[in-house]
Amino acid sequence: METLEPLLAEHPFVRGMNQSQIETIAGCASNARFETGQYLFREGEEANQFYILRKGRIAIEAASPTRDPIVIHTYGDGEILGWSWLVPPYRWRFSGKALELTRVLMLDGKCLRGKCERDHDLGYELLKRFADILASRLDAARLQLIDMYDKGGRR
Amino acid sequence: MTLAAPEAGKGAAAAPPPARDPMSPTPWRVCRAFRETDDTFTLELIPEPGREVRPFAAGQFNMLYLPGIGEVPISISGDPAYPHTLVHTTRAVGAVTKKMAAIRRGDSVGVRGPFGTAWPVESSEGSDVVFVAGGIGLAPLRPALTQLLSRRERYGRVVLLYGARTPEDILFRKTLREWRADFDLEIHVTVDRATRDWRGNVGVVTSLIPRVPFEPGHTVAMICGPEVMIRYTVMELERRGVGPDRIHVSLERNMKCAVGFCGHCQLGPHFVCKDGPVFPYEKVAALLNQREV
Amino acid sequence: METAPPGIRYVLGDPGLPRLIEAVRGAGYRVAGPKVRDGALCYEELDPAEALPRGIRDEQGPGRYRLKSGHDASLFAQAVGPQSWKRYLSPPEQRLFVARKDGSGLRIEPEAADASRWAFVGVRPCDLAAIRLRDKVFLDGASADPAYRAVRKGILVVAVQCTAPAGTCFCLSMGTGPRAAGGFDLLLTEIGEGGPLLVEAGTSEGEAILRTVPRSEAAPGDLAEAERRMERAERSMGRSLETAGLAELLLRRSESPRWEEIAGRCLACGNCTMACPTCFCTTVEDISDLTGSTAERWRRWDSCFTLAFSYIHGGSVRRAVPARYRQWMTHKLATWTAQFGESGCVGCGRCITWCPAGIDLTEEARALREADGAAPSPRT
Repeated sequence: METLEPLLAEHPFVRGMNQSQIETIAGCASNARFETGQYLFREGEEANQFYILRKGRIAIEAASPTRDPIVIHTYGDGEILGWSWLVPPYRWRFSGKALELTRVLMLDGKCLRGKCERDHDLGYELLKRFADILASRLDAARLQLIDMYDKGGRR
Repeated sequence: MTLAAPEAGKGAAAAPPPARDPMSPTPWRVCRAFRETDDTFTLELIPEPGREVRPFAAGQFNMLYLPGIGEVPISISGDPAYPHTLVHTTRAVGAVTKKMAAIRRGDSVGVRGPFGTAWPVESSEGSDVVFVAGGIGLAPLRPALTQLLSRRERYGRVVLLYGARTPEDILFRKTLREWRADFDLEIHVTVDRATRDWRGNVGVVTSLIPRVPFEPGHTVAMICGPEVMIRYTVMELERRGVGPDRIHVSLERNMKCAVGFCGHCQLGPHFVCKDGPVFPYEKVAALLNQREV
Repeated sequence: METAPPGIRYVLGDPGLPRLIEAVRGAGYRVAGPKVRDGALCYEELDPAEALPRGIRDEQGPGRYRLKSGHDASLFAQAVGPQSWKRYLSPPEQRLFVARKDGSGLRIEPEAADASRWAFVGVRPCDLAAIRLRDKVFLDGASADPAYRAVRKGILVVAVQCTAPAGTCFCLSMGTGPRAAGGFDLLLTEIGEGGPLLVEAGTSEGEAILRTVPRSEAAPGDLAEAERRMERAERSMGRSLETAGLAELLLRRSESPRWEEIAGRCLACGNCTMACPTCFCTTVEDISDLTGSTAERWRRWDSCFTLAFSYIHGGSVRRAVPARYRQWMTHKLATWTAQFGESGCVGCGRCITWCPAGIDLTEEARALREADGAAPSPRT
């Protein structure tokens, strides 16, 4: 069977992990592709994956009854998408839609959660990386809140 | 913050020598005036016949004067290779710029300048170059990009990251299209708030930094935008490993004279008008993180 | 101005200063010197027949200034008043140009330079230093200010050494006085209450003027008396400022709670900046006639204590008074050195005397230093 380990090992996400940890994660990985407009996941659904974007673009949306979905953020090549699998109640907070043909590595979060419980070293390595991702998301969201181009704009 | 005397020249391109009478404007004629976005506009100025035309460097600014109304510092957004046409793009936000937005072809505008330091375009040859622009901050960076692209082969990877508030606020759409089509230049545009028909990136400009290709150890970054954006951009660049000595920022402060006489633009030991507006980040890092300096 | 070799010191012969001023006037100068107006010593134009006030003493303290007259016939037995020579060098209001709009476009007519040549009589050593500092701002940088240059090149400086420092004086700490070290064409030292004046030339122009007035070479006793008075002046400084490490201290203490505390007293009135002989900040005002065809631009003194001073689109950078006081004091005593190679404070004490709240920057510097953990400097 073709293993995804070499593909995963190239990604900065696993930089600093040891070989067995990378292999463990690769064991939970699968390839997937999404056509333009196809949803990877929808708000409220069970969140059992995260994604490493190999090529393509994904929009994170919030639904609204009276208007089109609000795009909050878009992600591109190389980025990690999805942290809801890590935080109870393990449900997607937003929807993720492919804006173009998008290839991803899909990681089985449910499987990884179990492995992390058994191997705290692996769990710590993963949590460190997701703490970084969550911090970046928070930074970005706060900057969006500031609405910095409005009042603070240059002449 | 150090006590070393500011060296205007360090890390920046040599700016042309100052005018003999720096306090009196010279009349220029508006040859084109047009709206860029809802609240921004561009004036293209040509000199009155027989008037001296002074060269300018990318990153410098002029003081534009409307008789009886006032004077404002506005960066030059045109091509440094053609100083005979002064291009100024700005937002209509204050008393003077709102009047300026109503100017028509054939009207006269007083010009003092050019003033200030320049982007380190020439000294960045051989490096990867990352431009990060926010909002109207693309205007002061455009001359640097124009200059760089005229000698594209001398640089490594060149990336422009541009953030705007909404898709309607994106400046220089035509220029961006031309650059994309004609040059080896990676452009990523993102908006803070998407509209329905926007198919591009959404998210603050800083979030683009982790995903673009450049060699951090051999990269020069030039940043222009709101100060909040500058600080977060620097943080992301440093996270990628770009040293603060290779990051350059353009700052804005109140300016009345533009030559260090009026005192208004002081930022610690620096006069933003003459020691800036373009600074190596390490010179102003501590000051930008302090409040109300 | 051309510096002459160390001058021989003379005693002015009768009728003393009036004759010297007459000679200065004869050399083509309008003369400005001390006059008492509204209970204060001011620097105003002197009419040919006008004599300098005699017997004036001053009492200065934080927020306090009193003149007393009738002591004796001395000319210079007091310190500086609220004004400084910057009134002449950088007028409080100055037109920069006139702009005219007509069918053919816009014409800018820069203001013609005032051709007046001024002689400043009675310039104190602290103010000599202040003039030198202003020269650095307006002449020595990459750009020179045409209006300043026009006035400055016509100035003749008749300085006077300070023999009676006031309670707010600390020129000794700043290294600017009470002795004058240079920057003058002629230098006076009063060696008796209404009695003789010692005079020496600092430039060839001063020398030439001096040659035209009655004088005799100073006797050893005259020189000894001058020295005795200068030493006494050095001992009678009303205040002191520890300058060692001061710039670094201020930068290090930029977040000190003391700034809030000062702001509780500071009225942000800007008096200190108006009275300060080195403060150089200005703003501009654009005015036009009703038709809009003629407009003028005026430059006016401004103060970093106003909210508008740091305004950029979106708001002011220094919104609160603590930040504005910090800017003023830090610029004066710290960042000025980075900008111009020396402190922006000359120790004249005007900011202390003319502060309506009596804020004393020597005291504030001392408080910051004490809070910084350094040993407090003794008051001298």
